[in-house]
Amino acid sequence: MRHIISILLENEAGALSRVAGLFSARGYNIETLTVAPTEDLSLSRLTIVTSGSDEVIEQITKQLNKLIDVIKVVDLSEAAHIERELMLIKVRAAGKDREEVKRLADIFRGRIIDVTESTYVIELTGTSAKLDAFIQAIDTSLILETVRTGVSGIGRGDRILKV
Amino acid sequence: MMMTGAEIVIRCLQEEKVEYVFGYPGGSVLHIYDELFKQDKVKHILVRHEQAAVHAADGLARSSHKVGVALVTSGPGATNAVTGIATAYMDSIPLVVISGQVPSAYIGQDAFQECDTVGITRPCVKHNFLIKDVRDIAATMKKAFYIASTGRPGPVVVDIPKDITANKCEFDYPKTVQMRSYNPVVKGHLGQIKKAVQLLLEAKRPMIYTGGGVILSDASEQLTKLARRLGFPICNTLMGLGAYPATDPQYLGMPGMHGTVEANMAMQHSDVLLAIGARFDDRVIGNPDNFTSLPRKIIHIDIDPSSISKRVRVDVPIVGNVVDVLEEMLKLLDAEKAKPDAAALADWWKDIEGWRAKHCMKYKHKKNVIMPQYVIEKLHEVTGGNAIVTSDVGQHQMWAAQYYKFDKPRRWLNSGGLGTMGVGLPYAMGAALANPDMQIACVTGEGSIQMCIQELSTAKQFRLPIKIINLNNRYLGMVRQWQEMFYGSRYSESYMDSLPDFVKLAEAYGHVGIRVERPEDVEGALKRAFIDHKDDLVFIDFLTDQKANVFPMVAAGKGLSEMILAEDL
Ligand SMILES: Cc1cc2nc3c(=O)[nH]c(=O)nc-3n(C[C@H](O)[C@H](O)[C@H](O)COP(=O)(O)OP(=O)(O)OC[C@H]3O[C@@H](n4cnc5c(N)ncnc54)[C@H](O)[C@@H]3O)c2cc1C
Ligand SMILES: Cc1ncc(C[n+]2csc(CCOP(=O)(O)OP(=O)(O)O)c2C)c(N)n1
Ligand SMILES: [Mg+2]
Repeated sequence: MRHIISILLENEAGALSRVAGLFSARGYNIETLTVAPTEDLSLSRLTIVTSGSDEVIEQITKQLNKLIDVIKVVDLSEAAHIERELMLIKVRAAGKDREEVKRLADIFRGRIIDVTESTYVIELTGTSAKLDAFIQAIDTSLILETVRTGVSGIGRGDRILKV
Repeated sequence: MMMTGAEIVIRCLQEEKVEYVFGYPGGSVLHIYDELFKQDKVKHILVRHEQAAVHAADGLARSSHKVGVALVTSGPGATNAVTGIATAYMDSIPLVVISGQVPSAYIGQDAFQECDTVGITRPCVKHNFLIKDVRDIAATMKKAFYIASTGRPGPVVVDIPKDITANKCEFDYPKTVQMRSYNPVVKGHLGQIKKAVQLLLEAKRPMIYTGGGVILSDASEQLTKLARRLGFPICNTLMGLGAYPATDPQYLGMPGMHGTVEANMAMQHSDVLLAIGARFDDRVIGNPDNFTSLPRKIIHIDIDPSSISKRVRVDVPIVGNVVDVLEEMLKLLDAEKAKPDAAALADWWKDIEGWRAKHCMKYKHKKNVIMPQYVIEKLHEVTGGNAIVTSDVGQHQMWAAQYYKFDKPRRWLNSGGLGTMGVGLPYAMGAALANPDMQIACVTGEGSIQMCIQELSTAKQFRLPIKIINLNNRYLGMVRQWQEMFYGSRYSESYMDSLPDFVKLAEAYGHVGIRVERPEDVEGALKRAFIDHKDDLVFIDFLTDQKANVFPMVAAGKGLSEMILAEDL
């Protein structure tokens, strides 16, 4: 099962490598990982998308909690939450493709943020599944480059992850 | 008062009441060594290899419940220390390892003797630090000792660039540590403890399985009270030997790969298993699928939540410090009117006595050949069961664990988790310094002893009266045993050729060497060593049976009840 794990981490040199190292050392998989400081600059917020059986996810959260730099861990996917990922995708947009690509971007509520004679850069936000769907929908031969941020997530309503 | 970073490091060690630092100097730690020289509170033990510095600090910690401290230089000093650090990590031993680092401005430039110590040690430490400002030294050292010794203990590395040890600032050692990201649990959840007590009182075939956590928590007294109060059978893992007296009738021996029939059968057939500070290691429960194929309720007390339900699902998890949880259990039992089910327990003991009657530790004597088991039995006799026994890794380690009956905790020091050959002699050095009035025996093999043999020189310099019991079978015996049993007796590279003359070798280092080749000379040699040469290091080279194997044995991947016994062969 896919899980979104959110971590509050001391914003210190090397803290990220402890988390990443833990995953590789224990053979857990990382689908995406995002990290940035929070409004409190001494803290980083890290989101990891991973998958595994219930036993594996239980071990992952326990092992993460054991890291000295980790302050809090929650499995967002255990309850109501929102996930978003940002993708920048550069596509060939010449001739008849130009209109077609623009229409597709509109359908997915993407924005064209860079335009040349033969290319567009489209910015698209949403769940990972939505970004995947866009890639499926567009003619792959048009795709020149994609870059994705990985998932960020937050709990709904009163679910708050704070020190 | 303004002090240099180096002076601050030493002052921190003094504040922590560190008596011994094991180390080896080099460029990046010269400022620190200079400060060591100027004081006499912290004594430095100069080893002959950094691996041994960490092992010796580890041996001191295991035998004394203090934090062991080692000091090494950057680059090769730090990489040599890694085996020692990983060994301590696997067995949850509290250490602070201080390493020098190249000057801050040179980091990342492939400077002379630079290595990424924090990166290299990260997967085998509880935590590590790279200090970037002299003003951080005191607080970091305080945190290092705190983290190493609390919760589930472990090694902490403090990496200090050379320029930081020369910079100056005011010294102020913090009295306490507050860390928002680290708050180890101590007390167990009362509701869970109550549930556990109920389950224990209802059990028909209960078994207590204890491990290194009982030793680390200094909880032998509480454990003994609890086991006696309940009248339940009990076993100690390799890491827990001595937590419960081995000569007590309720004690079934060690469980696991080389455990006794009675301990393994009782583990396997129990209906309620109380696990205390033990982590269901693969060398203990064998194949987890086989182990869980029988219905059984498991209560697990451990300070580290990640040890619980890691390999085997647990029914009543209790996160907490062993001493505190056992005290609470004893209180609840006092208040409780119900008693364990005496009739069921009597039947259960009958089963256990049946398994015991197999006498699985019996071995055959040979006429003119020394049996290794016999040497350990005699060692127990001559030392009155009161020695601190260290060991290396191999068959000799298992025989020492099986035949030296440990009645007290912190008397048995060995590398269980990492299984590091070479720990025996440095462990004995650490134990000898921490326990100057105790007899110290290092049970080793001719393979293992050569992995840290250079420490005979350290032992001479510091007059450490260690008795080395070399069970010399001229084989990497444990490897040979597996090759005999699982590889058609193809002894690939397990014969120890070109062995040194250990007697001469010991003498070359200034020690006493004795060779023993006949069974009738074993006891006399041990007495000479422990009585006549009480204050000397004595190296006794016992030429033992080359083909002796360790039994019982649960082959890797097999279930606990599928033991191979000596008599089966
Ligand atoms: C050649 C060889 C053969 C071996 N054969 C066997 C064998 O037959 N039988 C055997 O038992 N072992 C054997 N071992 C050792 C084995 O590999 C493991 O090291 C050992 O079984 C682990 O012991 P343990 O479960 O007591 O855990 P330890 O490694 O001692 O771990 C201690 C546990 O207690 C917890 N803890 C620590 N402090 C506290 C506290 N204050 N309060 C609560 N909990 C705490 C920790 O979190 C941890 O989970 C062998 C090793 C070698 C090298
Ligand atoms: C550093 C290290 N290398 C290799 C091993 C694998 N190993 C385990 S036991 C053993 C043989 C040990 O031989 P010896 O010290 O003579 O002990 P014996 O088994 O003969 O009693 C070896 C090579 C190990 N445990 N540690
Ligand atoms: Mg040998």
